[in-house]
Amino acid sequence: MLEKAFIGQSRYQVWLACLLIPIAAGLACYFNQYAHGLGITGMSRDVIWGFYIAQFTFLVGVAASAVMVVLPFYSHDTREFGRVVILGEFLAVAAVVMCILHIFVDLGQPTRILNVLLHPAPQSVMFWDMIVLNGYLLLNLVIGWTTLDCERNGSKPPGWVKPLVYLSIPWAVSIHTVTAFLYSGLPGRHLWLTALLAPRFLATAFAAGPALLILLCLILKKTAGFDAGGGALRKLSITVTYAMIVNVFFIAVEFFTSYYCGVPSDRQDLQYLFFGFEGHARMVPWMWASLAMAVASIPVLLISIRRRTHLLLAVACGMVFLSTWMDKGLGLIAGGFAITPMDTVADYAPTLPEVLISVGIYAGGALLLTLLYRIVLSVREESNPV
Amino acid sequence: MKISRRTALKLSLLTGFSLTRKHSLFAIVASARPSDLLPPGAALKAGRWVMVIDLKKCVAAKDCHDACVHACHDTHNVPDMGNKKDEVKWIWREEGAHLFPDQLGEYRGAELAHQTVPALCNHCANPPCTRVCPTGATFKRGDGIVVMDPHRCIGCRFCMAACPYGSRSFNWKDPRPYLKKINPDYPTRTKGVVEKCTFCDERLAQGKLPACVTACPAEAMAFGDLKDEKSLVVKLLRENFSIRRKPELGTEPAVYYLV
Repeated sequence: MLEKAFIGQSRYQVWLACLLIPIAAGLACYFNQYAHGLGITGMSRDVIWGFYIAQFTFLVGVAASAVMVVLPFYSHDTREFGRVVILGEFLAVAAVVMCILHIFVDLGQPTRILNVLLHPAPQSVMFWDMIVLNGYLLLNLVIGWTTLDCERNGSKPPGWVKPLVYLSIPWAVSIHTVTAFLYSGLPGRHLWLTALLAPRFLATAFAAGPALLILLCLILKKTAGFDAGGGALRKLSITVTYAMIVNVFFIAVEFFTSYYCGVPSDRQDLQYLFFGFEGHARMVPWMWASLAMAVASIPVLLISIRRRTHLLLAVACGMVFLSTWMDKGLGLIAGGFAITPMDTVADYAPTLPEVLISVGIYAGGALLLTLLYRIVLSVREESNPV
Repeated sequence: MKISRRTALKLSLLTGFSLTRKHSLFAIVASARPSDLLPPGAALKAGRWVMVIDLKKCVAAKDCHDACVHACHDTHNVPDMGNKKDEVKWIWREEGAHLFPDQLGEYRGAELAHQTVPALCNHCANPPCTRVCPTGATFKRGDGIVVMDPHRCIGCRFCMAACPYGSRSFNWKDPRPYLKKINPDYPTRTKGVVEKCTFCDERLAQGKLPACVTACPAEAMAFGDLKDEKSLVVKLLRENFSIRRKPELGTEPAVYYLV
């Protein structure tokens, strides 16, 4: 099946070539970082993690969201998802690969990464994160590839796929829960020290991931003539809507607890992010833009579901995706480190090379996703010739 | 060179043994210092090492010129990076308000808020940093000292995120060009690894007290065994009121401040 990945119209080839440009730029910046150290980033002694780890966190959510198509399709026999379930699985594959790459570029000594296996430390959440992420990558790759191969041969998937599918459902929840535990188990980092962090991660994931999947389906419809089916998009957009409502509710709950209790340390980080703290207000417009889009996306989603217009749906999904990205892909990390252990305030902004390295990884993920989706479409075209 | 079957077997056994050990054979050989060769008894040993800093004495010594900081940083090849972003420090002076938020009185003791006193790794009894390390590169010894193996560190900085005291530093750049003078008796570090105060484990092994304790002209820093009822530190803690940083976190710091 692999040979199908590179066959396509000239427009397709141009798209692949275009992706190579940011990948090359990212690689060049990474070699610079490798030679000179992480000092080329905006991170500091106070803001210990930055753009890379934030992207990792956000993308774990995108990966986990595959469960929102897998679960209804396999457990509740939701036939509408028949055509998109594999797109969700392969989106998870590309997202996990991007996660792993973001972790890799964040390491000070990347050549020692295998120390995590040579000297395993089960008391460390990072050890478990490595296991669940790699396991999830493998599960989705095996399930997706096998079911696609069977579809191509017109045969039923072998019996051993079903247990793997059912295993992948709790596994998806685990990857984002364990990722939240990286943060929520740390003493003295008040923004993260909340039991609500893992549930909130899941809510944003189940909003952002399916929103991206809807956008991808709409793009595939325009560019490759692939029709996911109106039913699938409708069901997905309902998932996005409810996940977003839960997310906004969680934000409100977080605000109530932090402010009503009156404990200064509990609200300082939120104050820094949304109102500014001791003259540091860099993140304020960013966070309000994110929150405003989160709230506004809900009525737009509801209207688009009612009117069944793809344009409005695309706008709503774009808002959901951008809003959650701004929140998790920067605010969460910058906010968590903003109030330092010395009770001083530390601002953070990524540098250009830092952003370019990350964009390179996103382009690499897009390339992988494009190739995987191309294979899916080729198989579908073969089995249902127009 | 011909290796006999017997030698090959021995070598493979040795390699296998070294891989199963928590500290690889390479690490043992690489870390061998003259101190390891000293006769037994020469090294200072304790059930739990603690430090007691007398803030009155410390603040009163106005012309000490941060002797503790310089002694430590010169001994351990800690670079002066010249900016706050890339800063590496093992011990430094910090305002009381930053060290003890919520602990200083509004009236009596308020003056301490604006005076600077030493801050360093607390060598916690329940260290969050060692808990989160994914490779065991940082760990707590039997005598309570939290040490760092920079050769195993992968530079993920999880320990820095976990430390509620900001006691750990990361080498954002190669630190060597920023060393004015290199102490040949102590290793330098490379870029991409975390480092911190080690309660001078290398000096204790040679029978010496930590560099900062020895350097303090006001003798404001005491170092000793908390498990030894007759030690100076226990005496000081019995006779004076002491505080520790962020006691509410349950980390049980080994650095006590007499107020």
